[in-house]
Amino acid sequence: MTVTLTVDGKALQAEAGSNLLEVCLENGITVPNLCHLPGLEPPPAACRLCFVELEGIDAPVTSCTVPVSDGMVVHTDTDRVRRLQRSALRFLLSVHDVDCKNCHANHHCALQDLARFLKVGLKPRGLSIILKEPEVDDDHPFIRHYPNRCVLCERCLRTCHDRHGHSPLALSGRGFDTVIRCFADTPEDAQPCQSCAACVDVCPVGALVLKTG
Amino acid sequence: MDPNETPQCRRNLEALQAKAAEKRREKEAAPVPVIHIGSATCGIAAGALDTRQAFQEALAERGIEARIHTVGCVGHCYAEPVVIIDHPDSGFPPIFYHEVTPGKARMLVKLFLEQGDPRFEHIYGATIENDMIPWVQEFPRFSMEHRLVMDRCGRIDPEDIFEYLDDGGYAALAAALETEPSDIVAEIGAAGLRGRGGAGFPTAKKWSFAAATDGEKFVICNADEGDPGAYMDRTILESNPHQVLEGLAICAYAVGASRAMVYVRAEYPLAVRIVTRAIEQARSEGILGESVLGSGFRLDMEVFQGSGAFVCGEETALIRSMEGFRGMPVHRPPYPVEAGLFGRPTVINNVKTLASVPPILENGAEAYRSVGTADSPGTAIFSVVGDVVHPGLVEIPMGTTLRTLIYDVCGGIAKKKSFRAVQIGGPSGGCLPESFLDTPIDFDSLIEAGAMMGSGGMVVMSEDSCVVNVCRYFLEFTQKESCGRCTFCRIGTRHMLEILNRLTCGEAVEEDLERLENLAHDIREGSLCGLGKTAPNPVLTSLRYFREEYEAHVREGRCPGMMCRPLIAYYIELDKCARGCDACVGCCPTDAVFTTSTRKKGIDLELCVKCGECMVACPPEYDAVRKISPAHLAPVVERSPKRDKEAKDKA
Repeated sequence: MTVTLTVDGKALQAEAGSNLLEVCLENGITVPNLCHLPGLEPPPAACRLCFVELEGIDAPVTSCTVPVSDGMVVHTDTDRVRRLQRSALRFLLSVHDVDCKNCHANHHCALQDLARFLKVGLKPRGLSIILKEPEVDDDHPFIRHYPNRCVLCERCLRTCHDRHGHSPLALSGRGFDTVIRCFADTPEDAQPCQSCAACVDVCPVGALVLKTG
Repeated sequence: MDPNETPQCRRNLEALQAKAAEKRREKEAAPVPVIHIGSATCGIAAGALDTRQAFQEALAERGIEARIHTVGCVGHCYAEPVVIIDHPDSGFPPIFYHEVTPGKARMLVKLFLEQGDPRFEHIYGATIENDMIPWVQEFPRFSMEHRLVMDRCGRIDPEDIFEYLDDGGYAALAAALETEPSDIVAEIGAAGLRGRGGAGFPTAKKWSFAAATDGEKFVICNADEGDPGAYMDRTILESNPHQVLEGLAICAYAVGASRAMVYVRAEYPLAVRIVTRAIEQARSEGILGESVLGSGFRLDMEVFQGSGAFVCGEETALIRSMEGFRGMPVHRPPYPVEAGLFGRPTVINNVKTLASVPPILENGAEAYRSVGTADSPGTAIFSVVGDVVHPGLVEIPMGTTLRTLIYDVCGGIAKKKSFRAVQIGGPSGGCLPESFLDTPIDFDSLIEAGAMMGSGGMVVMSEDSCVVNVCRYFLEFTQKESCGRCTFCRIGTRHMLEILNRLTCGEAVEEDLERLENLAHDIREGSLCGLGKTAPNPVLTSLRYFREEYEAHVREGRCPGMMCRPLIAYYIELDKCARGCDACVGCCPTDAVFTTSTRKKGIDLELCVKCGECMVACPPEYDAVRKISPAHLAPVVERSPKRDKEAKDKA
């Protein structure tokens, strides 16, 4: 069933129950997001960037978790929404090793795009920069992981899981120390990664890099 | 349900009750004294097992026959280990003894059980009314409580199903099995029972959502209690597990679930053991299994041990962890009643909610409503800890004011100090000042005040506590226990903690307060789950009610509660210090205490680590050690080179 909703004053047609974030993106409305992957449900709603305001609901909601319904009125560009998005992005940047010129994702990095869109400096003012140790996780035979670039969007492990039904990638640690780790104990375990490397492709920030040579 | 089947449950229950009565008569056949020892985790921590052994040895030594009866916790933590001696031949009523050490136990065996002298100086009170010994119900700590859920805690042996049956247990389940499930939900709805897990969601509503669905369903008892300073759920499970199981079984029947789980954290080994045993007993007596009490209703129950992540108390994270994944919350909706464990409708209720169910069905919704307030009927269970005279578990009617709870029930602030703040609802709750002491305790009033019921932890702080430091502690906890999934909770709380750390070290700047407030607001609005949304609450409420304390830390480097070590200093008042007394010298771990030229003592602030040992050691008749904040105000006492040399030579 097709329903009509209004986003930022624009009437849109969409399939009932489809993902609001996807509907917005398909219709050319920019909603910042990092952890969303089309087709992979349910969304983790982890990055907390895709906030929108819905008329009739008091607080901003993450659009990736909202199914579209008829008559829905959505605002993507309100002060409250932008404030939350900027805060989230500033938080991510405060734990990010901003060393763009030495990063292979430079110029096609989601964080750079978001910072430009939300008009946030890459070095967040007022927040201390907290980086993790070690800077590089080199355990995997084919893939190098930079925890201080990672935004923990879980795209890599969800993609891996989706492709292979199981995944050697997992979240490890708790709280601030949470990191993506690869639990491939032997080089044989990691062998399939050589031909796949889907996780590297979906990483929005260059935290996963294929080892060359 | 088939009308021919209805009497079956009751008949089966009556048979069980007859068996229970028979067992009781067997025990009572020999008219020997009974020694009830409170042996839940709290009692054991206070030494109940040693006390028990001392009783056993002393009884054997003296050849006295007495029966030791292991019971759960009565909730009077300040009095642990608690022993009640019922010695009818002595002519005395059952007597409540507090702080029964092994020595006291041996003494009681000799003097009371052998010679008939109850040792009045050690008596706390009598458990029944009489004209010799004050009745405990005359004390406010007992009389102002209203025990509905915890009624049997500390009275029955938690590891013996027959004691529960003999006390009227499982009657509510038998009666429930004869009623339509929808009538049970309606009765719970009429009673107005609200979830005791913290949010106060109407229980009947949750049940009716699940009841309306088809297919396989689950019911889960959430006993993943993790708030610092809260231990109500553990105590109930350890003292009266069957009441929780009965509530869970009724819930399962009402919503039409055939599988029930009790999610207990593995850090509660005694609770795990007791509940597991209780389930086994209930199964072997036909109360659980293929046909519950012969009604034809099938119910399996099992214990699931959580690995101790605080966030797993959040229902979606709890479900994930039961499914074998990392315990991380997921977005709601869908709520667990729509799609929960393995995608099936799942009702998750707190221990206290479920334990409230049997009394409601037994006494009726009206009776339940007669206690508490109109919007929050029933009782509230708090673990009151901190600077009160009588800390422990308290069950009071909803609507009781904080003042009554703290000053009347719990005996007021310890050591005659004055009240500074009360932190309600643990790390998700708020910090309230004295002006809120007349706030009634119920779900809505507490939220209005900025705190929340939470799971029922209450920390009372005297003037010697620093609100900023306490908030830092709670935030450090939530920050560590964050699952790490969402940006606001994972990173935002860390930034808040950084600021609070700076505050307690005296390194904060004026803008930090505003930053802290902004961070708190954003985290509250932006986080994924309840943990993140409520994590800033202690900071937000204390910024609202105790702003001057934050400002004192920033502007003056002063900690009003004298708790933040970098901001305080110890010194010795020379007028009060006694010549030749070396109490403080001996206890100082860093040799910071020196002898002055007048043979009095001074503290070398360079060496002092501010442990406070000297303050404790200083004899009360001198009371010469002082704390001061900010640290630079401490008077400088010069070291005496001569005395230093003497001390060195001596050494």
